[in-house]
Amino acid sequence: MSGGHHQLYRPGETLVHRLPPQCKLVAVVSFAVAVVATPRECFWAFGVYALLLGAVAAAARVPAAFVARRMVIEVPFVLFAVAIPLIGTGERIEALGVSLSVPGLWAAWNILAKATLGVAASILLAATTEPRMMLLGAERLRLPRLLVQIATFMLRYMDVIGDQMRRMRVARESRGFVARDLRQAPVLAKSAGALFIRSYERGERVHLAMLSRGYTGEMPSIRDLSASRRDWGVAALLPGLAFVAALVAWSLP
Amino acid sequence: MHVPDGFFDVPVSVGAGVFAAAGVAVCLRGARRELDDRTAPMAGLVAAFIFAVQMLNFPVAAGTSGHLLGGALAAILVGPYTAVLCVAVVLLVQGFFFADGGLTALGVNISLMAIVTTVVGWAVFRTVTRAAPGSRRAVVAGSFVAALVSVPAAALVFTALFWLGGTAPIEVSSVAVAMGGVHLLIGLGEGLITAVTVSSVLAVRPDLVYGARGLARRLVLRTADGEVEVGEQEPAPVRAGLRPVLVGGALVAVLLAGFVSFYASSAPDGLEKVAADKGLSANAGPHHLEDAPLAGYGVKGVDDQRLSNGLAGVAGVGLTVVAGGAVFYAVRRRRRHQDRAIA
Repeated sequence: MSGGHHQLYRPGETLVHRLPPQCKLVAVVSFAVAVVATPRECFWAFGVYALLLGAVAAAARVPAAFVARRMVIEVPFVLFAVAIPLIGTGERIEALGVSLSVPGLWAAWNILAKATLGVAASILLAATTEPRMMLLGAERLRLPRLLVQIATFMLRYMDVIGDQMRRMRVARESRGFVARDLRQAPVLAKSAGALFIRSYERGERVHLAMLSRGYTGEMPSIRDLSASRRDWGVAALLPGLAFVAALVAWSLP
Repeated sequence: MHVPDGFFDVPVSVGAGVFAAAGVAVCLRGARRELDDRTAPMAGLVAAFIFAVQMLNFPVAAGTSGHLLGGALAAILVGPYTAVLCVAVVLLVQGFFFADGGLTALGVNISLMAIVTTVVGWAVFRTVTRAAPGSRRAVVAGSFVAALVSVPAAALVFTALFWLGGTAPIEVSSVAVAMGGVHLLIGLGEGLITAVTVSSVLAVRPDLVYGARGLARRLVLRTADGEVEVGEQEPAPVRAGLRPVLVGGALVAVLLAGFVSFYASSAPDGLEKVAADKGLSANAGPHHLEDAPLAGYGVKGVDDQRLSNGLAGVAGVGLTVVAGGAVFYAVRRRRRHQDRAIA
């Protein structure tokens, strides 16, 4: 059991870590909604959002380098955003000898700012909440039980399946396989087929093993996850302030 | 193809979220029929498989590589309902744990990558396999075509959403061409890998392939008294009736077109804006359809701008459905004629 989601979580004993997971889930999603609903012309509002996230990261003792490393996931969209002013329509300006579209620049800024804030918020959520707790929180938020269970099993076996795939890759490459173009795709596809059979058969074994231990289709909950009013109050700070900023941004001319 | 936050405006994100939630709710009920009480462990393991397979990069051309979306593959291997659930869970986990894909764009992502790819892939697969029932080759060919079609279909729906509420000022036609072209290429790779994967699973455990359930032959015991067939025929795949899909699809389309265009911004689209900026509009003669009842996406004689846009959207969907239905009907009649001629 190595790699995978265990690196996403940073154990800690801070206020942010101790908050019940359902409060954190609601807080992050509402924060993202507030960010997306903000008009893009209000630069200061996005600064406020970044400061809010910075405060959360400081309270949770998540180092900036950790967040920065995980922001790599955003790179494809940064590239896309850079392309928008070049191919966008509308009024154009010259900058450094390149003709750029003004609405395109606005759109690029809009996507970059909002996507970056959203990604940073998700990273902070994953860094301060154990995956298992996050799922329990989702269950308390009335996400369908079946969906939560599927996600639980997926998280539990993701590393197992991933390791199986890695072993198959090592086996392929130690026999001299290099994927150069689409002609090599059938080899990869046969690996995928073998991986599916192994996953499915493992699923059947897991199911039988659980049945023999008294599984009735529902997982017993052994931890009480009730959130006090104070917990909700603390969690509401982030989206609350964000919504205030968004409202001010809208009401300004 | 994971859409980030801020790419679509709020009405489209909310609309897609409602659509995704409804689709997942339908599939939660359907998946129980496909897997009974095994649903959670099996779907969880299949979701882990899809997650792993999405990391399997395949080279498309020199320098670029694509990765599997897996919607069509999952539908053929484990059935359409379970497939939607699995891919949706993969997307949820990617959004919340890996920050891949925006949280406000989850509805869009689930609609595109879980629902559209799976439903389109499964529909195409059923059409192809129904043409040649009971043939292993048809299953493999069907897998190829299904995966090939499912990826550009998702790209087209993405373009439609972009037209409704994209935030970038790029002409919709160029988005359609770029997205369609790139995803046709990716679809080729997806089709190839899906077909070979399905055929390799068929070779080892044909009983695991949901789409090939009718293929298994019954066990025949040869006794002194003659031949006896034992065991029940594997049930043919649950036929998800076409009617609920059609009715549901039409409802969603009308809702989206009506409500979303009700709230969508009334800013002119890119092309109209260019025309206005460059002063083309002044010189341009009146369009010969300008007096048509739907000109400029508004209904004449209805004064409220938003209401008028909404009505135009609904009417547009209706027209599209009628046109599409007419084509479908014509094709089907022709096929029936041909069948009769062959008979």
